[in-house]
Amino acid sequence: MISARLRKTYPARPDSASFSLDLEFQATAGVTVLFGPSGSGKTLTLDLIAGFVRPDDGRILLDDDILFDQTARVNLAPQARNCGYVFQNYALFPHMTLRQNLEFAAERRPRLERHRRVNEMLEKFRLVDAAGRRPHEVSGGQRQRCCIARALIGAPKLLLFDEPAQGLDAPLRAEFYEVLRQVRADFKTPTLLVTHSLDECFELGEEMMVVREGRLVQSGTPAAILEQPANVDVARLLGIFNLLPAEIRALDPGRNTSKVQMGEYELDGPYLPGHLKGDRVTVCVRPESLQALERNGKPGANQIPAQLERTVQKPQGMRLEFAGGIAVDLSRNDYDRVRDTKDWVIEFPRESLRVL
Amino acid sequence: MQIDWFPLWLSLRVAFISTAMALVAGLWLAYILANREFRGKEVLDAAITLPLVLPPTVLGYYLLVLLAGNSPLGKLWENIFGSPLVFTWKAAVLAALLHALPLLVKSARAALESVDRSLERAARNLGASEWRLFWRVTLPLAHRSILAAVALAFARSLGDFGVTLMVAGNIPGRTQTVAVAIYDAYEAGNTMVARTLVLVISAVALLILTLANRLSPAKT
Repeated sequence: MISARLRKTYPARPDSASFSLDLEFQATAGVTVLFGPSGSGKTLTLDLIAGFVRPDDGRILLDDDILFDQTARVNLAPQARNCGYVFQNYALFPHMTLRQNLEFAAERRPRLERHRRVNEMLEKFRLVDAAGRRPHEVSGGQRQRCCIARALIGAPKLLLFDEPAQGLDAPLRAEFYEVLRQVRADFKTPTLLVTHSLDECFELGEEMMVVREGRLVQSGTPAAILEQPANVDVARLLGIFNLLPAEIRALDPGRNTSKVQMGEYELDGPYLPGHLKGDRVTVCVRPESLQALERNGKPGANQIPAQLERTVQKPQGMRLEFAGGIAVDLSRNDYDRVRDTKDWVIEFPRESLRVL
Repeated sequence: MQIDWFPLWLSLRVAFISTAMALVAGLWLAYILANREFRGKEVLDAAITLPLVLPPTVLGYYLLVLLAGNSPLGKLWENIFGSPLVFTWKAAVLAALLHALPLLVKSARAALESVDRSLERAARNLGASEWRLFWRVTLPLAHRSILAAVALAFARSLGDFGVTLMVAGNIPGRTQTVAVAIYDAYEAGNTMVARTLVLVISAVALLILTLANRLSPAKT
């Protein structure tokens, strides 16, 4: 288990604004994903844990080992931290073969054991045929597997991945996900993985930490965070919600109902705990939860009229973008049924209505 | 025409020894400048570069003050080796070193800094000591640029004139290097000797610079 309290400040420079990181978290077994936009401090967090950058203050505990403690003046060198690091660009030594890369990582082991361990990893990661070649002579997938094997060969207590699937094409990304699932099953090493891809959070993460401007803004399982983002900022970061300004007009906990005014229309929703009548809120609803229908006279309950601005093809169907920044995702079949519609209404199903 | 080839051999010997010394000291200094942050780093860098911009007479003067028989360093040398340092071929080595070192430090620092930092981080993360990291990762990746710097430093050492003249003098058969010998021959009216030595030293320098160009990593 890793437990970290990290503080690091970079003052403003002529070419960059000041940046301050202040994070406190714990991560147990499994894959914990650090999710956030570029420049939010995700990679810096990994660098602080790996010992490449010294925190200004804080404490890093890995199981029973203190890696860093400002108060006790403990600051282990990167060499002594026992964290495997998979770099964004893999950082394989270009002048060494894949086997030599693994041998370099195993050099502190006795010679016979080193030889056995290197061969074992080459086999496990399907690198035997490429072992004698240098990184630039092998495929992207082999480079990637070699980098993970190299990070694991020293039996680290923690694995750190810095945007490992960044820039990979779809087949390579799928291969990487498969390798990582295998690593998780075989090695059971706690893993911190940095990404700004929401797909990756769901594909790989058991736990997820949302980081914004150097602060932890929400943590939990990816499904729980998607179900209820902590605030508008998190919802905006996740990037998959319609976020619409509204006002709460009625709340009835007994009947589990609420009324929310959006523009000139009133929508019915479930009871909204933690809010008061008159609160100005943001309605947060996913595009696939909405329905786009042909208008027949006066809009019905939970329907608002809308002007279609454009349609966008998506891999799973069609996205309809309406005036006012409302997006609705439809399957191709559903879209085919309404494609000739001129006059639209958007229906907000009662149960999908959430506010932040 | 009788040509004394001693100055050429002496120059080659002086250049070889001073380059070897510059390589050892220069790599260490370059490593420090490329990897460490400390107070006075910029001053150290400027001090190392100084011989490239100061007139040879100033450098010669400094060396004479530092190493003359009545200076502490000069006395120390004499106590250890039994004879003074100035006006010997060893002083010519020091004079050449003064020019070779900054060239080597500047080029080696740039070469070391050009190595991808993530590779060095990866090596540290895999448990490599700074020593092993330097010999197994940084140096192999920077070796072509460093060898090119060595060739440049050697070529520069070969041609030193002013500082050598001031601290090693012009004693034929003992401290007369090829650059000094050319000047001497020209002054004495031995133009054939001067011309021959000029052509030979130019050819050697051309050869070394071609080698340096070949060793420099190809630009992409």
